[in-house]
Amino acid sequence: MTLLSVQDLSIRFKTPDGYVHAVNNVSFDIDAGEKLAIVGESGSGKSQIALSVLGLQARNAEVTGRVLFNGENLVGMSQPTLNKIRAREIAMIFQDPMSSLNPYMPIERQLNESLELHEGLKGTAARQRVLEMLDAVQIPDAKNRLRSYPHEFSGGMRQRIVIAMALLCNPKLILADEPTTALDVTVQAQIMQLLEDIQKEHGTAIVLITHDLGVVAGFCEETLVLYSGKIMERAPSSSIFAAPSHPYTRGLMRAVPNIHDDNATLFAIPGQPPNQMLQINGCPFAPRCTDAIESCVNTIPDLVGTTHKRACHRPAEDLS
Amino acid sequence: MTRSPLLSVRDLEVKFPLVHTKAWPWSKPDVVHAVNGVSFDLPTGKTLGIVGESGCGKSTLIRAIAGLETLSNGTVNLLGKQVDFADKADRLRLRQNVQMIFQDPVASLNPRMTIREIIAEPINVFFPDLDKDTQRVRVSDLLDRVGIAERNANRYPHEFSGGQCQRIGIARALGAGPKLLLCDEPVSALDVSIQAQVISLLQDLQKEIDLTLIFVAHDLGVVRHISDDVLVMYLGGMMEMAPSSDVIKNPQHPYTKALLSAVPIPDPTAKIRPEILIGDLPSPLSLPQGCLFNTRCPKAFEGCDTIRPEFTRNAIGSVACRLFD
Repeated sequence: MTLLSVQDLSIRFKTPDGYVHAVNNVSFDIDAGEKLAIVGESGSGKSQIALSVLGLQARNAEVTGRVLFNGENLVGMSQPTLNKIRAREIAMIFQDPMSSLNPYMPIERQLNESLELHEGLKGTAARQRVLEMLDAVQIPDAKNRLRSYPHEFSGGMRQRIVIAMALLCNPKLILADEPTTALDVTVQAQIMQLLEDIQKEHGTAIVLITHDLGVVAGFCEETLVLYSGKIMERAPSSSIFAAPSHPYTRGLMRAVPNIHDDNATLFAIPGQPPNQMLQINGCPFAPRCTDAIESCVNTIPDLVGTTHKRACHRPAEDLS
Repeated sequence: MTRSPLLSVRDLEVKFPLVHTKAWPWSKPDVVHAVNGVSFDLPTGKTLGIVGESGCGKSTLIRAIAGLETLSNGTVNLLGKQVDFADKADRLRLRQNVQMIFQDPVASLNPRMTIREIIAEPINVFFPDLDKDTQRVRVSDLLDRVGIAERNANRYPHEFSGGQCQRIGIARALGAGPKLLLCDEPVSALDVSIQAQVISLLQDLQKEIDLTLIFVAHDLGVVRHISDDVLVMYLGGMMEMAPSSDVIKNPQHPYTKALLSAVPIPDPTAKIRPEILIGDLPSPLSLPQGCLFNTRCPKAFEGCDTIRPEFTRNAIGSVACRLFD
């Protein structure tokens, strides 16, 4: 069953110098309980998609297209109506756990907020739920730490608290925007394990936004590769990692140094990401692509395919 | 013939007293033990990678070598001569031979100087006798070498992308004609496709001008790719040092093993269960008794919490763990 359906979503920002086209005609679906990864470099628009799903985009943003959640369009929905969906139906985990917690509030009060707002829980009942959740995310000695402030926790613990906060109202979908980028690898392993356990237990759908292909491979069933606000490739992770069929995905995978490969030569994608102030009439990757042909510059490739979808003019067999 | 090492560090310690935490004027301040007794030799033309989690003292260590932090203990020998950090001439010699590349490429360039001025500055300082024309040629050579077109030399740093700024930072460092380049997480702020460009540039430069590198990063894949030797640090101490392929294939120290297993592999069929370390890094204000890693070590046994293991050489590399005594 389709839980969230993003249809033809475009986001552009009005700036004094003109429009910045952050996301261009992106469409994808997520089923209930599915784990989808959105992979892309900085500026590819991956965070903007997540923010606009929850109506959190910046004030100068213009969002067009439709985001259907359980059949309701979230784009252009009023703030009070959105507030009923935020945290209760769709929760978000941000990249930096320190700046997504209020430094002036003890964690118990912050965690209580959504319970009070959405479920009307107060006092001991709320505390009970908060404690259960903090135990579930393995905060040691949670009972005595309810009155602690965010700065008294380490980075990994803060991210656990943010995850606990996201899970409190048992949402159907979690948008995790680079949840482990600010953390060390050992802590990252802890957090990814935790997210996986929680997903299994509650059947929550998770959209994992990241630039780290390694994290995706071990976690998500589906992977969507974004470049300059357009979907380049979308396929089951097993297929995309075994046989990436878009030149950008291939380049990306060869640019990551593999620690278990002895004499791999590192492959650098030449050039820079395109200027998003300009409307591009072709494939945005064409200027950096070694396989580009004339039609790559002139016509925008469609995302085609059944399970393994790709947006490229050239058939996979012809690519170098 | 064995070449004498370019750099040799002995028992280096850096401590930061927190004077503001003193309860009374006569009480002792808390001390952050950032680096605790690091020793290594680095031969000319080689690359040493330093890995560890945040807060393990890897940046402080190389900042101390560059003379940007005060040493609490220990010595740094450069080109066979001990560096006296209090002596001005010695400091100048150190800065000419040892240059640094920083993590944040944009913040490490002065926003009010053009690229030409930025790169000309170290040339002015270290080669004041050069005439204007030679200086100009040197700047163009450097720009050319790092792949920035010379027509951009009169632009300001904000007009360049992160990857380009890092190249400019490298050109600036090379202007002094250094023997040793200290790289403090030079690619962690860059995207993967750009990251590979900068790493390849550093490797090419190393081949061209026999540069020696110390490469600090938390990304083991990157470090493995560029380094000859890898030093693994934890809580300011040395855990293991070995040739890079051995560290990856044959990790000895339990901490190295845990660190490696936590690195995610971009292959969904690889089912390596990460060996998840329990808990957090202990506070560097009060170091654990005995082995620095004993509080989280899955293999700790009796005595690990009282005896600090010696850093000893064995067939593969050097390791500080009582399992190998």
